[in-house]
Formats: sequence, structure tokens, C-alpha cells
Amino acid sequence: MKQYSFVGIIIAIYLMVYLKFPSLFYESVLETYSILLRVIPILALVFVFIFLFNLFIKPDKIRMHFGQQAGTRGWIFSIVAGILCVGPVYVWYPLLSDLREKGMRTSFLSTFLYNRSIKLPLIPIMMHYFGFTYTLIFTLYIIIASVVVGYITELIVDDTLNS
Amino acid sequence: MINLENSARKTLTSINQSFPVLFGVVMAISLLKSAVPESLYSTIFTGNIFIDSLVGSFIGSVAAGNPITSYVIGGELLSEGVSLVAVTAFMLSWVTVGIFNLPAEMDILGTKFALTRNIICFIVTFFVAILTVTTLGFIGEL
Repeated sequence: MKQYSFVGIIIAIYLMVYLKFPSLFYESVLETYSILLRVIPILALVFVFIFLFNLFIKPDKIRMHFGQQAGTRGWIFSIVAGILCVGPVYVWYPLLSDLREKGMRTSFLSTFLYNRSIKLPLIPIMMHYFGFTYTLIFTLYIIIASVVVGYITELIVDDTLNS
Repeated sequence: MINLENSARKTLTSINQSFPVLFGVVMAISLLKSAVPESLYSTIFTGNIFIDSLVGSFIGSVAAGNPITSYVIGGELLSEGVSLVAVTAFMLSWVTVGIFNLPAEMDILGTKFALTRNIICFIVTFFVAILTVTTLGFIGEL
């Protein structure tokens, strides 16, 4: 039941907004509907992935590619996967949770999430506003920072978990 | 066959655990997007490069929505004289730090992981913003 507490709070806020600001309520409901239309197909795909991963990929495979022994290959996989995955970051949480249970390193998880900030289809728009050089340098620093963020997150989280 | 059943059960458990939280996040983001006009962002900056970087990171962390919106607002902020460091910090924290995603991230990936990751991302935002602008200056692109 714990998973329903957050949505319960938000529904209560919506009810208060409905009583005080009905137009904001309707606008928000329409926005929710619009976001859900875009998110649900991706979320469905993520759940299909989870099903297939559970069916065909054993934890030792995950540990080999994303575990402690993965090395440079694990970093590259996390960076590339983070850049290539589409949709809002939160739709990927269930799959990442599943992979983590099967042995994915904390650092790779964090690195993957950081690289979700690079949106390949949006790069031309960023170039339009800020120029080619800015976009290139900004993107390169994001990739470098993703490794730093991954390392530090693992250092803190795993140390806390071990202690 | 047993494996198929196990996989289906695990997937259904995953849907049951994560969908309500994700639905709450979508509702929260929708309310924020509807309640806060984009024009509000430009009124908060002060003109001081360091304070504006902090303000940019903070607003980007709290804001939610498509990254395109952050590029458009970032472009507007630049044309209004806000520093490129602050705009970069704003755009980066928009996509790397997620206050509105935090309940879902904490619930699904763990509280310690979610809080640690978001705090680190917030701090790293400053360094990436400063390094990006410094590098642009160094190669003569500013």
C-alpha cells in the first residue's frame, strides 16, 4: 500500500485546487492526460523489457555486463544506453530497479540516469539556441560528469549500505 | 513454463509497485507546469554570476517538463542578460536533478540512492556550467 501514499497526497492536492482554482484544476488534468498519452507507450515498452529480462537474462549475465567486473565496457554501456533511451527518466526506474536487484553496479545506474540528460533528437534545437560549439562542449562535459557522478554515488551509497 | 509464470508475476509486481508512484509524479508535474508561467523564471535572477548560478540550479531542479522548454527559457534568459554560466546551470539541473521525480526515484530505486544522486548532481551542475563556459572562453567562442 506504501506505493499509493504519494499519489493519494497528490489527489488530495488536486481536490483542494479544484475547490479553490477550478480552471487550474482542469488545465492540470488535461496536462496529465497529455503526458500520460506520451508516457504510457514507453512505459509499456519498459514493462515488456522487464518481462523479457526476467525470462531470458540471468543475473550472472547482468553482473558480467553491469556488475563489479564489467570495467570499461560497463561504463560505455551505461553512457550509450542513457543517451539512447527515450522518454522521461522516471519511466526507466522500474527496469533499473530490476537490473539493480540482479547485480547492476550503483555507479552504472547513476551514470545511466545522468546521461538521460543528453537528448539526441533535441540537439539540433540546442544548437539553434546556443550554437554548435557550446552544444558539443556542454555534451562532452555531461558525459565526463556522468562518470564522476556515478563514482561518487557508488562511493557514498554502497559505503552506507555496507556499514 | 514455470519461468514464464515467474517472469509474468515479477513484471506484474513491478507494475503494481511503480505505476501508482509514476502516475503521482505525472500529476505533480502537470500541476506545476499549469501553475507556473514560463515568464516567471526570468524575474528571479539578480545579475550576480554566482548567485544566479545557484538560482539557476535551484529553479532547474524544481522545474519540470520537456527539456525543450528549458532551452527556450535559457535562450530568453540569455537575451535578457543573464550569464551563460547561470543559464547552463539552469538547463543542466532541469534534466539531471528532479525534485518532482524524487518520490518515485526514492520509492523505486531507494531513498539513499535517490537523495545522494540528486545532491551530487546539484553540486556537479556548478562545475559543469563553469567548465563549459570557461572552455568556450578559452577557445575564443564567447
